[in-house]
Amino acid sequence: MNRRMWLTVFVITLLALSLVMAGCGQGENPGEEPAGENGESQGNDGGTVSIMIAGSDSEVNLVTRMAEEYMNAHEGVSIAVTGGGSGVGITSLIDGDIDIANSSRPMKDEEVEALKANSGEDVYDVRFAVDGVAVIVNENNPLAELTVEQIGAIYRGEITSWAEVGGEDREITIYGRQSTSGTYVFFMEKVVQGDYSPEMRNLAGNSDIVEAVKNDAGGIGYCAIGYAAGEGMKALLVAADTGSEAFDPTILENVTSGDYPLTRPLYQYVAGKPGGAILDFFLFETGDQGQNIVLEEGFYPITTSDVEFNKDALQ
Amino acid sequence: MPAITEKIMKIIFWLSGMAIIFFLAGIMFTLLSNSIPAFEEIGLKPFFTDGVWRPSAFAEPTYSLLNMIMGTFMVTAGALAFAVPVGIAAAAYLSEIASPWEREFFKPIVEILAGIPSVVLGFIGLVVLAPLLAAVFNIPSGINALNGAILVGVMALPTIITLAEDAITAVPGEYRHASLALGATRWQTIWKVTIPAAFSGISAAVMLGMGRAIGETMTVLMVTGNMIARPTSYLDSVRTLSANIAVEIGDVVFNSLHFHALFVVGLVLFMITFIVNLMADILIHRKPEVNR
Repeated sequence: MNRRMWLTVFVITLLALSLVMAGCGQGENPGEEPAGENGESQGNDGGTVSIMIAGSDSEVNLVTRMAEEYMNAHEGVSIAVTGGGSGVGITSLIDGDIDIANSSRPMKDEEVEALKANSGEDVYDVRFAVDGVAVIVNENNPLAELTVEQIGAIYRGEITSWAEVGGEDREITIYGRQSTSGTYVFFMEKVVQGDYSPEMRNLAGNSDIVEAVKNDAGGIGYCAIGYAAGEGMKALLVAADTGSEAFDPTILENVTSGDYPLTRPLYQYVAGKPGGAILDFFLFETGDQGQNIVLEEGFYPITTSDVEFNKDALQ
Repeated sequence: MPAITEKIMKIIFWLSGMAIIFFLAGIMFTLLSNSIPAFEEIGLKPFFTDGVWRPSAFAEPTYSLLNMIMGTFMVTAGALAFAVPVGIAAAAYLSEIASPWEREFFKPIVEILAGIPSVVLGFIGLVVLAPLLAAVFNIPSGINALNGAILVGVMALPTIITLAEDAITAVPGEYRHASLALGATRWQTIWKVTIPAAFSGISAAVMLGMGRAIGETMTVLMVTGNMIARPTSYLDSVRTLSANIAVEIGDVVFNSLHFHALFVVGLVLFMITFIVNLMADILIHRKPEVNR
């Protein structure tokens, strides 16, 4: 019995040691992190404003980055960002669990009503970035472009081989998101215009889809443009219909001009007209500094029409 | 004085026991009362007719559970096919063959295996096992039922090993002595005498491991692909009942039909695990002396 206890202690110590060592090896580069945490906890003593944000998986990295930069410049504000999907964010906002919902799709009417019924507040929304939903395939796929209709037919399960759209003779594996995802809903309404094929693999996030397509020579997937860079995969050019030109979503002008057919704004929703720290955070995001972060994270800055749209919430 | 303490303690223990019954009844009640609105609106039949689970359909919602029940059983059966032989063999080794030192070394390791968070296993399945399976079977993607079955099997192993080892250790020493005295080899003794004598305990271990496998959510959700179509083989993607709830509960509108339909999924899952655990319980309470 005693011996066994010693052994347990020994094995756990070994594991802990190897963890510490692994941690040290990696921890050398982002050395600022612990310092940042210290700064935050000091801010706590002086009374912090805390903002809870949840929702869209497409937006989570971008908003986390925004929050970090904002907190560096503003002591006394603590912003927590989590993902889960647009649907999760909107449901949490309706339930009053969070302050800001990230959503890559507009709120539905019944959701707006539910929020009104629960909190008595109207919904206000801000567009803080522009996204071109990228249709991605394996880098070894010789195909370069598709029309929206062809992509829709693939996702409805009507086209099952790449040969039918001018590619090689290989079966198509369809990867998509889950119903909690704003991108799932956007893509269903804009491209699929019907039910997704029952054969579609439902994966949990943008990076899961990217990973799957990298490993699958016959795979097709969709993701936010901020995730569509890297080895092993490529974004297809997409044409609005047969006969029109196909556009590359990785080029800024194609998306901000709206020429790329799968362009969409990225939203943040709040209950009631924003004020205080939340308003200040929105102004930071939509301002020059925030828009630079948008570009660095692989998304595109908002256009004049989005600025016009935001006036309702921000003025 | 001691009599009063005795009484008070008796009541406290009685209340603790009752609390378990209360929790179980509470869970049953919540599942049932939240499922009933779905039954009232669409009836029982749509859940068990051919089709797919698609409550947030573009046009007409459908609610068939059949493909997901099938997916759940595929992952569970696959997991057990791997975990039962390995688990029983490991248990027999630990209790019958291993030296005391080996036993003391391996048992904590089994316990550590039980403590690995399921999300970590899921991640390993996604980045290590999936590409491996794709290469071995020459299929486009290793995100499938087999991947989930292997990982869930790994998760069920500690339960099976620990309980089966207890059952085998509990077999009276005279059995082994008698068998060896009659000239049986060690292998014959383990295979023909000890394991059959521990049969009811081992079956219970398997049943509890199965209960663990059926309800496992996170790992399965991450590696099986969650396809709603009917799977045709283990190399196909599947969606399980538990993964379906975990995926969809996040964004359903409270008290909507979809919300109540998810409770029906939970109810079905609960019934399945309840039956499995009940069977395990019956097996545990079967007298091991029947072999005498």
